[in-house]
Amino acid sequence: MRSVTGKPSKFDAFVDKLKKESPIHISKRVDMPAWKQWLIRLAAIVVALFICAIITVSEGGDFGGFFVQLGNANFMQLRNFIVLLQETAILLLIALAITPAFKMKFWNIGAEGQVLMGGLMCATCMFYLGGKMSNSALIVVMLIASIAGGAIWAVIPALFKAKWNTNETLFTLMLNYIAMGLISFVLTIWVRSGSGVLGVLRYGQFPRIGNQPYVLNIIIVAIITVLIWIYLRFSKHGYELSVVGESINTAKYIGISVPKVIIRTMLLSGALCGIAGWLLVGGTSYSITTNTAGGRGFTAILISWLGHFEPISMVVFSLIAAFLSKGASQVALTYHLSGSFPEIITSIFFFAIIACEFFNNYKVKFNFAHFKKSKEQGGEATTAVISDSEREDGEKGIEDTAEEHIEQPTSEGAALEGKDLEGEVTE
Amino acid sequence: MEKTVAIELRGITKTFGDVVANKNVDLDVYRGEILSILGENGSGKTTLMNMIAGIYFPDEGHIYINGEEVVIKSPKDAFAHRIGMIHQHFKLVDTFSAADNIILGEKCPKFDLKAERAKLVEAHKAENEAYENYDEAEHPGPLAYMKKPKFHSEKETKRRLALMPLTGIWKKIKFNWLAKKRADVVQDIANRFGFKIDLKKKIYDMSVSEKQTVEIIKVLYRGADILILDEPTAVLTPQEIEKLFDVLRNMKAAGKSIIIITHKLNEVMEISDRVAVLRKGEHIATVNTADTNEQQLTEMMVGKKVSLNIDRTEPHDVKNRLVVSGLSAVDPDGVKVLDNVSFEARSGEILGIAGIAGSGQRQLLEAIAGLYKVKEGSITYFDPSKDDAPVDLRSKTPVQIRDLGVRLSFVPEDRLGMGLVGNMDLIDNMMLRSYRKGFMFLDRKSPKKLAETIVEELEVVTPSTHTAVRKLSGGNVQKVLVGREIAASPSVLMAAYPVRGLDINSSYTIYNLLNDQKEKGVAVIFVGEDLDVLIELCDRILVICAGRVTGVVDGRRAIKEQIGLLMTKTSHDVDENQISIDDLHTESENDTANSEGGDAQ
Repeated sequence: MRSVTGKPSKFDAFVDKLKKESPIHISKRVDMPAWKQWLIRLAAIVVALFICAIITVSEGGDFGGFFVQLGNANFMQLRNFIVLLQETAILLLIALAITPAFKMKFWNIGAEGQVLMGGLMCATCMFYLGGKMSNSALIVVMLIASIAGGAIWAVIPALFKAKWNTNETLFTLMLNYIAMGLISFVLTIWVRSGSGVLGVLRYGQFPRIGNQPYVLNIIIVAIITVLIWIYLRFSKHGYELSVVGESINTAKYIGISVPKVIIRTMLLSGALCGIAGWLLVGGTSYSITTNTAGGRGFTAILISWLGHFEPISMVVFSLIAAFLSKGASQVALTYHLSGSFPEIITSIFFFAIIACEFFNNYKVKFNFAHFKKSKEQGGEATTAVISDSEREDGEKGIEDTAEEHIEQPTSEGAALEGKDLEGEVTE
Repeated sequence: MEKTVAIELRGITKTFGDVVANKNVDLDVYRGEILSILGENGSGKTTLMNMIAGIYFPDEGHIYINGEEVVIKSPKDAFAHRIGMIHQHFKLVDTFSAADNIILGEKCPKFDLKAERAKLVEAHKAENEAYENYDEAEHPGPLAYMKKPKFHSEKETKRRLALMPLTGIWKKIKFNWLAKKRADVVQDIANRFGFKIDLKKKIYDMSVSEKQTVEIIKVLYRGADILILDEPTAVLTPQEIEKLFDVLRNMKAAGKSIIIITHKLNEVMEISDRVAVLRKGEHIATVNTADTNEQQLTEMMVGKKVSLNIDRTEPHDVKNRLVVSGLSAVDPDGVKVLDNVSFEARSGEILGIAGIAGSGQRQLLEAIAGLYKVKEGSITYFDPSKDDAPVDLRSKTPVQIRDLGVRLSFVPEDRLGMGLVGNMDLIDNMMLRSYRKGFMFLDRKSPKKLAETIVEELEVVTPSTHTAVRKLSGGNVQKVLVGREIAASPSVLMAAYPVRGLDINSSYTIYNLLNDQKEKGVAVIFVGEDLDVLIELCDRILVICAGRVTGVVDGRRAIKEQIGLLMTKTSHDVDENQISIDDLHTESENDTANSEGGDAQ
């Protein structure tokens, strides 16, 4: 580089400054083996549990007791375990329902409403047709009605999206509230007393298997999980919707009709939500309120994303989520904690698990050797690439470091980066 | 007249990965001149200008403005140095009026409370002093009392000082609510430079040229002395171009420096004082427009002919396979992107399509493939399996085209965004063409076989056939795409920029593949940007400029400068051009039809 004026160049000074002052260097990761990603997630869960235990202690609980109660709540008796599986199943089913839509990049956040509509249709059948036909026939009618309810609620935004390119996020969200309003309205008609609470409907309840409730629900969801896995991976429809999700231009190029795929996928998504409503009303609560879906439609979005739209991973995440929320309720009960305690615990879990995805996708680097050097030399700064061992002891000093300096990304040491995650997550 | 330098670039270098966009560029721009930056696609014109405008930051080199070295690291810095750039794609808020867009984002001058307070105290002190020294006898007359200085008591000063913060807020409110005054300033600027525009009009009601005018006024309003226009004429009609040039001349007369990026030689000759030519990222020369001519500029732009030694066989069994006639299309903004395009692609031949990027090549191929809406004209395919029976392809979807038994393969320009799915592996990408076979479920066996064959035969470097395509290098991605398209045994193969970004070896693999297809009697359409390649590879070269066919040249007899001139000629020049250059047309069909195809709207 030549300098025309002979003065020290402003350009060089600026580049120099840029090198010195840039904070932590973050670069994108591309090659992270799956087992390492799961290790990081496991670490995040452990960290989350510890934080939860500490919160319990601060509220007057007992550190070890927290873990004991978590276990007790879920495994003490067969019934506990079945309830855990039932919760997992419902959450998983809703997550499975929105997954095809999400894979297509159709942001369906209206699962809550679609489940409620399925449930409402189911309850309607139970209310009006109960006792007029055999129980098994009624259950089939309930299923058909529920699927129709969920599918219609899902296909409305899909039609608008396909025809006029409306924003599906807002549309599906709004429909949630309409569904809730509809249920309130129907309840005022059904419940003459004015209390707004519908009692248990006697007809149309799912049969018990092995004298335990919910077992049928669990079996149904297990079957659906396998079917959806096959649908997404091996069917033409599944292939088409992932092409549409990845690139609409490619889809058009190979002659896929994008509106058709959008509508078809949303019909499926809504139908599955309808089945979830059917299970919730006909197989779980035998009644309906505006809170029947209980926010699962939103939690399912997290499950679907965390599982990277893979049904098998989604099983794991919904199991953990159900386990924690059930266990936390038990902890709250034991130590007389506030009613929001379970919510706090599940939030901490999701926070940790989402935060750890950052470390799965990005590599974070600091330059500590440089910091040390500049301190020794009285602040004269030079940027240096540090070795792995140096970084390790450098990492401990990060909290009290006032300035951090960037380091050129090196290919080695990627494995090391995972380790500092635990510290980061706790922050 | 002595010229003063407005902006000086010294040794500017910019690389993107391995690609060198600009290499050691030196450039001077004077006050009160119009400088054209001329160069082929990818010669680094826009990158260079983006560095001045603060969008990119140079890797090396220095920028001097009025002799002072500056560091421009954001568009804000560029504005501070009175540099404004008008981009090809306008950055306006559609639902705002023109005036609102222009004053948008302007900050209220900062109200410095301390300084203002000090000023007030000073002012009061001075007035009090004047009051004390005032001698009434010196100022006779009936209205003298009006001129008499006022006395400010200490109490009053204190009160005013205490209320000072309110003044600051008031000023801010006034600034934000009384935007009307600023709109008047905008109107003044518009009038001064001769813009004819209604500033109250909303952007969504405006034509492309009006939007451009708003962008220019915006830059002027912000006080830019150096204006950069990135291909301003690409979207304008000839009449609008004339108007724009008048405005540019007015600005030049007002002492502004104007840098205009363009491909069109006639405009360069018409508007600019000097021309800087870039080629492959390097600054070739800057010449006075008066001392040069189009021929010389083209030579500088395209460079000397490079011999590539691509094998070219004589075509045999030549038959019309695809005939396009009078094809016209418009883009969503209503701008004509294809204007009365006619040509035929023949079996056993490679038809090259040359033109500046964005002259309608993409739309042409997509229209044939059934992906772009055609307004007028016809596309006819002659089916070799049915004794060359004609099949009408106009306004058919890709699926309909395939169902008609038309074996049309298309390698689009955007490989990962259109031809392939980046996040899917090789097998799933092969399946894009074949997945429809069978019932309900996918057959991954034959795509897997195809993927393996392509990897083997085309030497695709990949860890396995299960690797996501986006992880492959550009050349390998292209081999996968071309391999898949050829595997469909097409009778027409269209390839848009198939060697863009590829290294020499991969490029030759692609050339050989295309040549093989030609040998097999396929009608190959090759859209390229490197003229050397087009001349050595193609049997015939169709040159298009701004959506029109400006000529069809025999690949064996073509000269680079000819094509260069055809590429940069606008419609009304075509006739004289055809006369001035010998052996230009070996084809008879296209000349007159296209040149008379009607002036732009």
